[in-house]
Amino acid sequence: MSSIEDRVKKIVCEQLGAKEEDVTPQASFIDDLGADSLDTVNLVMALEEEFETEIPDEESEKLSTVQDAIDYVNTHLG
Amino acid sequence: MAKRRVVVTGMGCISPLGNSVKSTWEGILAGKSGVNLIEEFDTEKFTTKFAAQVKDFDPANYMNPKDTKKMDGFIQYGYAAAIEAINDSGITVTEENARRIGVAIGSGIGGLDTIEKNYAAMLRAGPRRISPFFVPAAIINMISGNLSIEYGFKGPNIAITTACTTGTHNIGYAARTIAYGDADAMIAGGAEMASGQLGMGGFGAARALSTRNDDPVRASRPWDKDRDGFVLGDGAGVLVLEEYEQAKARGATIYAEVTGFGMSGDAYHMTSPPEDGSGAAASMQNALDDAGLNAVDVNYINAHGTSTPAGDVAESRAAKKIYGADADKIVVSSTKSMIGHLLGAAGAVEAIFSILAIRDQVAPPTINLDNPDPECDLDYVPHTARDMKIDHALSNSFGFGGTNGSLVFSKV
Repeated sequence: MSSIEDRVKKIVCEQLGAKEEDVTPQASFIDDLGADSLDTVNLVMALEEEFETEIPDEESEKLSTVQDAIDYVNTHLG
Repeated sequence: MAKRRVVVTGMGCISPLGNSVKSTWEGILAGKSGVNLIEEFDTEKFTTKFAAQVKDFDPANYMNPKDTKKMDGFIQYGYAAAIEAINDSGITVTEENARRIGVAIGSGIGGLDTIEKNYAAMLRAGPRRISPFFVPAAIINMISGNLSIEYGFKGPNIAITTACTTGTHNIGYAARTIAYGDADAMIAGGAEMASGQLGMGGFGAARALSTRNDDPVRASRPWDKDRDGFVLGDGAGVLVLEEYEQAKARGATIYAEVTGFGMSGDAYHMTSPPEDGSGAAASMQNALDDAGLNAVDVNYINAHGTSTPAGDVAESRAAKKIYGADADKIVVSSTKSMIGHLLGAAGAVEAIFSILAIRDQVAPPTINLDNPDPECDLDYVPHTARDMKIDHALSNSFGFGGTNGSLVFSKV
């Protein structure tokens, strides 16, 4: 079973068409990985499916970097 | 104000016979069929189990793979055909000309597949599972939209939707836009991908499709006495249209001139044409009048010819009405016998065939025409292509709702 970090990074790569080396913890979805507002909604949906959870809108709006997403999953599913 | 002349300087095509103009045209002249059994879903309960689908299409050749989920298949086809057409024309966008280049590419139905998938996701897991890309991936004007974004075309950006006349209307409208002076170049055409479950089920329910499941490649047989409906086709056709003087000045390859565009409405029935073909005849006559030509000047007609019992007779009657005593001189064929009916893309790919017929001086064949219906007695170029002199070609499209369009292309 891969780590949560690896699973989050894999989803980010798939959904944003980003290269693996660019998906660093500090990378911002919008500023560094080329996502627009629809991409970020779609990314959150993909995370919800992967981790079988529901991320409320007020929480998902705060997820702007890869680390934010990892932290969210760790906190809520840990 | 004098009308400006409009010429065709680029062409692109994704079809059941190939993913380029060249491969498609080679298949057409060879009389090949692009019809196949459907394998994407279980067709057991469907009355028709075949269609003319696009083969070996790889969207990664045309766009970033992550963008494929933002575009339904019909958008991907239209986008790909447009890229081929734009490259073929050699037209480039600059700060000076960007506002003078527009796009008019439509679809008859739009993103059925995307609608189907998102509805299924909603039923399964609720509205939160609807993709944020659902709407922009499904709506009809997104070929025009995505091309404008990608290339920077800032001229008129539209998408006419008129069922099976969509491609013809978009090209005709685009030509008018240039002739009138609203743009100097237009990327124009149509695209469709309706061979999914809803499309096959819907047209099947309307009893519009052939059910020749035991012999699909012989199912599309316009004017044959054993025809039993059309064969649904997927794909896209796109033209680059330019104002003549500009095209000449930049040394562009000029394939043909758009000399005539005519339209009409049947005022008759949702899905059937009037038996006398009066709506079709009016559309053809309007296109001839626009071109300033007499019927006998047009050597070749690329017919709507869908292989439906009523439509084929009505169109034949319309052509006879227009040609009168000269009806024996006209050469008519239906390329739908090979690629099926591409609905909103039909008029666009058939415009390409009409233009290539002029370029190569050859009339494409109507395959599967083994026993002509006695009520259809024109020269339909059965089975094999025919070399002949073609100065002017006319292309017809007729759609549900009784919407008709005809284009005339002429040798330059």
